[in-house]
Amino acid sequence: MNPLRQWLASGPLITDGAWGTELQARGLEPGAAPDTWNLTHPDRVEAVARAYAEAGSQVILTNTFRANSIAMKGDLEEINRAGVEISKCGAAGRALVFASIGPTGKMLMAGEITSEQARTAFDAQAAALASAGADALLVETMSDIEEARLAVAAAKSTGLPVIVSFAFDSGKNKDRTMMGSTPEAVAAAMVEAGADAVGANCGVGVEYGAAICRRLQAACDLPIWIKPNAGLPKVEGAAVRYDTTADFFASHFAALRDAGASFIGACCGSTPDFIRALVKAAHS
Amino acid sequence: MSDLEQLKEALIVGDWKTAAAATRAALDDGVAPLTIVSAHLMPAMDEVGRRFECEDYFVPEMLLSARAMKASMEILRPLLASSGAQPVGRVVIGTVKGDLHDIGKNLVAAMLEGGGFEVIDLGADVAPELFIEAVSMRHADLVALSALLTVTMGWMKTTIEAFQAAGLREKVKIMVGGAPVTQQYADAIGADGFSDSAGSAVALARKLVAA
Repeated sequence: MNPLRQWLASGPLITDGAWGTELQARGLEPGAAPDTWNLTHPDRVEAVARAYAEAGSQVILTNTFRANSIAMKGDLEEINRAGVEISKCGAAGRALVFASIGPTGKMLMAGEITSEQARTAFDAQAAALASAGADALLVETMSDIEEARLAVAAAKSTGLPVIVSFAFDSGKNKDRTMMGSTPEAVAAAMVEAGADAVGANCGVGVEYGAAICRRLQAACDLPIWIKPNAGLPKVEGAAVRYDTTADFFASHFAALRDAGASFIGACCGSTPDFIRALVKAAHS
Repeated sequence: MSDLEQLKEALIVGDWKTAAAATRAALDDGVAPLTIVSAHLMPAMDEVGRRFECEDYFVPEMLLSARAMKASMEILRPLLASSGAQPVGRVVIGTVKGDLHDIGKNLVAAMLEGGGFEVIDLGADVAPELFIEAVSMRHADLVALSALLTVTMGWMKTTIEAFQAAGLREKVKIMVGGAPVTQQYADAIGADGFSDSAGSAVALARKLVAA
C-alpha cells in the first residue's frame, strides 16, 4: 500500500504553517536566504519545527524551499541534508517530515534555463533530501506545469512518495496559476507525471481554498494537499502584516475537508496559532 | 491581409517568424522603420497589454508576444539608429537588492521595449549605486524598480533615498511595481508612479516621461 494512503487512513492530516515569517521573528534578516540558516542557525530553525510539532502538526516541512542550484548558491547538499535532520529533531517522532522543493525561479519557456538544467538541479536536491531520511518529498508553489513535471520526475526517482502543489493566484477568480493553468489542467498533468498527491499552496487566501480542492478532486483520484496563505500582505510603514486571523482561517477547516482535502495547513503569514486553531477545528 | 496587418496580428498571437517576415516585407515596400514601430508595433503591444489586463492572456502568451516583438525590433533597431530616430524615453530597470526574482521585471522590460522605450536592463539583485551609475552614464529619463518579496521591497525606499543623496532625484522619474507593492507604499517612499501589471506599466511610463 502506498504510504500516503496509510498515513491518511484515519482521516485528513494537519500540516504546518509558514516558515519564512517565523524565521524572521527569530532574527533572520530581510532578504537573506532562510535556507542558509540550516547551517548557521540550526537551533533557531529547529525551534520553528518544534513549535509546529507542539502545536499539533502531523506533517512538518523542511527549510529547503530555495535550496536548488538554480535558485541559490552555497553548500546545497549540506543545506538540504541539514534541513531534513533539523525538522526530524524538531518533530521528535510526533510528525512526519515532508521535504520542501520550491521552483527554480527561472522560466523554461522564456529560455532562461533548459529542461536539462532544471532536472539536474532538482535531481541533486531530491537525492540529498531523500538520503537524509525525509518521509516524503513536496514539490511546492509551482506555477509552470513543465517545471513541475521535471521536479516530480526527480523526486520520484528517489522512491519516496511525492506530493506536488501549485500556487493558484491569477485570473479573475484566482483559480489559475501565473502561467494561466487551471486546477483541471494541473491535476491531469500531475497524474500523468506520477505524483502521489496534488494540491495548492500560497495563492491569495483561505476563502479560495475549498473551490480549488473541489476542482482538483473532481479532476483526479489523488489525495489533495491544501495550504493557503493568511491573506495577502499589507504594508504599514516598514512593517508587513497579514490580515487573516487564526480563528478566521480555521473556520474554513470543515469546508476544506468537505471539499476533499486530505492534508490541511497554512502558508505565508501563518503561525503555530493557526495550527492550534486547525487542530481544534478538526476535533470539534 | 497587408504586411502591416500581418505584423500586428503576428505580435498579438506571438508568432515571431511571421513577425520578422512581415517586418522585412514592409521595409521592402518602403514603409519607414519609425512608422512600423509607432503605428504598428506599439498598438499591437498595447493590445497584448490590454488582453493581459483583462486576463484573457497569461504570462506564456505575453512572453510569446514579447519574443515576436523582439524579432521585429532586431531588424528595425539598426535602421532606427542610423536614421537618428529617438526612443520614447530611456528607462533603467532592475529588481532591487536582495531580490533574485526577475519574471515580472522581464515582462515589464519587454512591454516597455515594445512600447518604444530604450530599455537598459540591470537584471536582479541590483544595488542602489548600480541604478545611479546606469542613470548617470546612460542619461536615462526613467527608473523602474521591481520587488517580489515583502522582505526586499524596503530596498525600493533605500534606492530612492540614494538617488536623493546623489543629487539625481530631480533628474529622473522613478516607478515601482511587484506583487507586494501598492499605491500606498509607492506614495510613502516618494516614488513618482506605481503600476500593478506589465500592461499598465507602459501607460504609466509614457505618462511619466511626458510630464
